[in-house]
Amino acid sequence: MTTHSEANPQKKTEELESVVIRFAGDSGDGMQLTGGQFTNTSAVLGNDISTLPDFPAEIRAPAGSLPGVSAFQLNFSSSEIRTPGDQPDVLIAMNPAALKTNIKDVHHGAIVIINEDAFIPRNLERANYESNPLEDDTLKNYRVYRIPISTLNQNALVDIDISGKAKDRCKNFFALGMMYWMYERPLDVTIEWIKKKFAKNELVVEANIKALKAGFHYAETAEVISTHYKIQPAQLKPGKYRNIMGNEATALGLVTASTLAKTPLVYASYPITPASDILHELSKRKNFGVKTLQCEDEIAAIGAAIGAAFGGSIGLTGTSGPGLALKSEALNLAIIVELPLIVLNIQRGGPSTGLPTKTEQSDLLQAMFGRNGDSPLAILAPCTPGDCFHMALEAVKIAVKYMTPVIFLSDGYLANGSEPWMIPDYQSLDPIEVKHPQLTSEKFLPYLRNESTLARPWAIPGTPGLEHRIGGLEKEDVTGNVSYDPQNHEKMTHLRAAKIQAITQDIPDLEVLGKPEGDVLVVGWGSTYGAIYSAVEKLQKQGASVSSIHLRYLNPFPKNLESILGSFRRVLVPEMNMGQLAMILRAKYLIDCQTLNKVQGQPFKISEITAGIEKLLSSTHEVKNVARSR
Amino acid sequence: MSLEVVKNEKLTRKDFTSDQDVRWCPGCGDYAILATLQNVLPQLGIPREKYAFISGIGCSSRFPYYMETYGFHTIHGRAPAIATGLKAHRPDLSVWVITGDGDALSIGGNHLIHALRRNVDLKIILFNNRIYGLTKGQYSPTSEYGKKTKSTPYGSVDYPLNPTALALAAEATFVARTHDTDIKHMTEVLKAAGEHKGSAFVEIYQNCVIFNDNAFTQVSDKQTRDDLSIKLADGKPLIFGKELNKGIKLNQGSMEVVSFEADSPPDDLMVHHATKDDSVYAHLLARMEEIPGLPVPLGVFRAIQKSTYDEMVQAQVQDAIEKTGPGDMEKLLNSGDTWIVENKA
Ligand code: SF4
Repeated sequence: MTTHSEANPQKKTEELESVVIRFAGDSGDGMQLTGGQFTNTSAVLGNDISTLPDFPAEIRAPAGSLPGVSAFQLNFSSSEIRTPGDQPDVLIAMNPAALKTNIKDVHHGAIVIINEDAFIPRNLERANYESNPLEDDTLKNYRVYRIPISTLNQNALVDIDISGKAKDRCKNFFALGMMYWMYERPLDVTIEWIKKKFAKNELVVEANIKALKAGFHYAETAEVISTHYKIQPAQLKPGKYRNIMGNEATALGLVTASTLAKTPLVYASYPITPASDILHELSKRKNFGVKTLQCEDEIAAIGAAIGAAFGGSIGLTGTSGPGLALKSEALNLAIIVELPLIVLNIQRGGPSTGLPTKTEQSDLLQAMFGRNGDSPLAILAPCTPGDCFHMALEAVKIAVKYMTPVIFLSDGYLANGSEPWMIPDYQSLDPIEVKHPQLTSEKFLPYLRNESTLARPWAIPGTPGLEHRIGGLEKEDVTGNVSYDPQNHEKMTHLRAAKIQAITQDIPDLEVLGKPEGDVLVVGWGSTYGAIYSAVEKLQKQGASVSSIHLRYLNPFPKNLESILGSFRRVLVPEMNMGQLAMILRAKYLIDCQTLNKVQGQPFKISEITAGIEKLLSSTHEVKNVARSR
Repeated sequence: MSLEVVKNEKLTRKDFTSDQDVRWCPGCGDYAILATLQNVLPQLGIPREKYAFISGIGCSSRFPYYMETYGFHTIHGRAPAIATGLKAHRPDLSVWVITGDGDALSIGGNHLIHALRRNVDLKIILFNNRIYGLTKGQYSPTSEYGKKTKSTPYGSVDYPLNPTALALAAEATFVARTHDTDIKHMTEVLKAAGEHKGSAFVEIYQNCVIFNDNAFTQVSDKQTRDDLSIKLADGKPLIFGKELNKGIKLNQGSMEVVSFEADSPPDDLMVHHATKDDSVYAHLLARMEEIPGLPVPLGVFRAIQKSTYDEMVQAQVQDAIEKTGPGDMEKLLNSGDTWIVENKA
């Protein structure tokens, strides 16, 4: 199905490059699902997309209340995009609370679609509206479409034999149907999905499909919406694509790594937002030999992963900030016994329980230093949802090659955000080498290191003749026996550090976006990639002397980082924390970097980064002018 | 991978002795346990390389260093968790957890109960000396109420925990108790634990000569032990005493001691069955030590069969492979809604 506009010649078609839509409603209104469907349909149509789900920590806050609002923003485009968009062009507000919490983000002149039926006194009161925003001038700067979505939906489903309440639950599909007409999307992807999802209940399948179609036809025929919009497919790199979320890509990367390494994966975890979806994903992959253990707590989870690694598996655990704190002692055990281990830390707002469903990058220092003793390990950070796949492969590769724990720092934004992802050709992926030694005529020495990687051998139980003991007490170099010798401790401390440093030989050089030298260098890491890239690219087009690099390897850093840093007058580090990477860069390279921080539980907007760069550029010019006038 | 039992007659205690100097205090009960286990392992017919000893922190947890097997001295309280991961990945191994009363019941209480509840095929050997030895003499979760130690100069106000009762409540499929001065009994119990399929919990009364000497005279003093303890034997009535003239019977739901002429016990004595389906009887045994006048039971309280965690985890993997075929990477990568972007050039 493409366009039905022939059916109603009154309606105009306009072509747009990109659109940012935000669906907002009560957490019971199915907004995440609606947004997800629009995303999949748009992805299959060939648009570039980027999404930002935003949901409350409570599963069901009181209906109609402000804390109960759940929203899903997506940016879809005919050109390349890297963020979910700074401001929505369209807001769908299913109730007054959704309008109240979201309208401030919407730019003037944008379309606001309102479910008029929900604007009753009780809901207005719950949303703290003193007067009805549909009747006062709250919305005077917007193109408002008031549509009685609940009533229209009920009417459309009048013949279906399910309860009124069940019918009401279909209204998100009615709204989705309207949006599909407005943006010329086909219905088939969603229809197929409904059939699969509700396969057990035919009437629900029928009702949802009917609601979807009714919404579509309503938008097509009613007078309210006069225009619909065309967004051409994007010119993505040729290849086969699928839409992917960060956590999904992470799980997929891990299964791929396990298959490439011909070594089974043991994922031990304790449920925690926003990491649990990785446990759910991996628990479906048993036919790949994946074993998932839901443990009694965070410590048990990392313990089980370490035990599995001792037995020769790829041992993994996944968590979020508070869980990483609980795992630190065990992480140190993995460091001293030098076993491969991957710890996925899907960051969220902290401290303490903090903001479980909101994103932040504030665990970098915890990952880097949150353990007793000098205890270095490898740290990686994916930069987009799709990149989670690649970095998960890297994490496994580094862990098994260097016999070290690796922390994988994703975050809530990457975990739940999605983008089109070019499916890699499995055959072209590099194999991952895993070696377990066997008995030879030489005496087996558990801490005899590989010359280039400094890794110790990974001898596993069951191998005759290689019986040996490891443990958390300091090890004697080479033999691995317990040693309290001061010189040996110093040597081992240096060796552990040198081993992590040795990983640089496998880390690709950073690529500079823009000129290799100039006034301002923007240094990002992790999920800020899209916003930084877009901001820098925009300013470069305006002639600004700004470039950027993006760190995906945080310990050790890529080899060429220092020389790049030295090629710019000023360095700006935008982070969703209070300046953690900046602190490390300052300490390590003695450079004066400027920070740009945001800790609102939301990703950076392009405009926020642009403003930060512009500010620094103007002060740089002042400095230069002062210098010249001297 | 299933536990492959290979008869290997040649293995002896020496094969299980590592080259490391044993560093427990002279006279510590740990020595006897080490020697006994080094004797028991060759009798189990499992190749040496298939053994893995996992421990936590404490005097007892140094144990793996002295065993010529795979060993992992881990962190305080977490050995059952680490062993669970190892056994889940490697059901072919015989995995032993060596722990103490502080390690297993204080800092690691959570992991212990969950390992037992899941029936992970682990042999969990708890050296109970009712004291913290390695940190030099603080009271432990099994120290008696009112105990004066370095950290409780006025006496402890903590009520102690009963390890066997806890293990039973945690659904352990094998629960036993022995002590470090009766090598023969310890050998039998450890052998039975080693042969049990599922999580086996063994409490060993272990004497700490330095900080809690003579804590277990009830079972060790040659003069009185036969009257103060009872050895459980499957299918046999509960009879004890130096003269074998005392027995235990149930009276209105409570256990009580009855005396009789030796060799003619009454018919209504309780008979020991470790394999009863329900755990009510085993719970009674576990509580005996708390009842004044009743002897301390030694031996296997309970031994039942139930699918093990590691076996079921493995079976789900096998099942999935049989039902859907081994994982196809290409298919997985290409699953979901996909689309093709053509080369425009
Ligand atoms: S302190 Fe006690 S338990 Fe520890 S080694 Fe010495 S005697 Fe044994």
